[in-house]
Amino acid sequence: MSDLKQTTLHDSHCAAGARMVEFGGWSMPVHYGSQMDEHHQVRRHAGVFDVSHMTVVDVSGAGATDYLRRLLANDVARLHDTGRALYSCMLEPGGGVIDDLIVYRLGADYRLVVNAATRDKDLAWMQQVAEDAEALVSIVERADLGMLAVQGPMARDLCLPLLPEAHRDVCAALKPFHAAECGDWFVARTGYTGEDGFEVILPAKDCPAFWQALLAAGVAPAGLGARDTLRLEAGMNLYGSDMDEETTPLESGLGWTVAWEPEDRDFIGRAALEAQKKAGVSRRMVGLVLEGRGVLRSHMSVDAGAAGTGETTSGSFSPTLGVSIALARVPAGCGDEVSVDIRGKAVPARVVKPPFVRQGKSFI
Amino acid sequence: MSEVPGELKYCQSHEWVRKEADGSLTVGISDHAQALLGDLVFVETPEVGASFAAGDACAVVESVKAASDVYAPVAGEVLAVNEDLADSPEAVNNEPYGAGWIFRLQPADAAAVDALLDAATYTAHIESEG
Repeated sequence: MSDLKQTTLHDSHCAAGARMVEFGGWSMPVHYGSQMDEHHQVRRHAGVFDVSHMTVVDVSGAGATDYLRRLLANDVARLHDTGRALYSCMLEPGGGVIDDLIVYRLGADYRLVVNAATRDKDLAWMQQVAEDAEALVSIVERADLGMLAVQGPMARDLCLPLLPEAHRDVCAALKPFHAAECGDWFVARTGYTGEDGFEVILPAKDCPAFWQALLAAGVAPAGLGARDTLRLEAGMNLYGSDMDEETTPLESGLGWTVAWEPEDRDFIGRAALEAQKKAGVSRRMVGLVLEGRGVLRSHMSVDAGAAGTGETTSGSFSPTLGVSIALARVPAGCGDEVSVDIRGKAVPARVVKPPFVRQGKSFI
Repeated sequence: MSEVPGELKYCQSHEWVRKEADGSLTVGISDHAQALLGDLVFVETPEVGASFAAGDACAVVESVKAASDVYAPVAGEVLAVNEDLADSPEAVNNEPYGAGWIFRLQPADAAAVDALLDAATYTAHIESEG
């Protein structure tokens, strides 16, 4: 564990009883006693996740907009106002997904948040694309910043009084998928749990005091375990499980994040995606709800009858629904009923459209 | 610190074994094992009447995170399984040595259980695993 990176909250996690595990080169809390309790706490009240392991990258300069319109499959020109956020995939020329990310517009500049496990690959790719395009951009990783996600129906109410006083009204008025610069803090109404809340990017040195204040306000510490079951219930893809460089957004349920218009925007991967679309996308992402007994995990074979076979990409027990659910990549002609091979047994599952749960309510 | 009752026998793979008066063995997973697994959501019990060799995977405990095999501590035939776990797998978390038992085994060799770890040796084993 000694060569793992630690966030500035490492001691705070240990003090809160965290079980620490390796994640993407970082020592991170998986839970603080019960993953189930933390999951329910976020669905019913409010929880806080340390997501400081994620990589914040600021992109600025005269060429920033043109550069990001080339780099990303979604179109940052859609970010009409400062503070707007956009979810996008970053593709390789063949259309495979290098990473998924959120990009925020800050005036003429942009802030990207990318995954921890893909940091080195992402930064190298971003630099290479900038050099190839001879773009007038500055790409700066902000290792000086930490990030806390406060999520749940009570998250905004409990978090607002703890934000910098001069910026509370602005933060209270933030619409979903919007963010505000609050001095050297950055507050976004975004998240990865299917609940309302804030993602707060702040100087790493300020993280422990903010964390303690949130706990004192009744926000529960929640680990990566609960984060994964919450995001799965919310039907959100996890990079490396539900998508990777071998799959395109069109095969990963992310066709909606590809901005085809305007037609003359030549983003990396566009030609490959257009060719795939023209030929017909042979696989699609669906949700599965297990009807028999057991727990779905990743890489289980899915029998879709005459349509062929597919594979679960991530699965777990859903604490909110009390049944097992999964995301699966299946043949395009897959019907409503399939069976999943769980350790040699064919167990029936129902095909649904994600999300499974949003804002505490069942969608299945 | 994990609870390791002195009257039970243990396996390195974290099963506990209790000798019953009728010569059968009750098997579950240790307090240490349940704590490592986290919240259990499903237990796949073996078929009554099935026979296993020592070390065979014969049940599966699934937490929110992952599935783990439970191994037969000694060779024998399954006499009974804990049907209540179908509706309350969390009993393994809450009472690993009580309501959370998993199956009962008729050992092929009554003496085989004596070769399993005693509580002190098992405690040392889990401490060595960190």
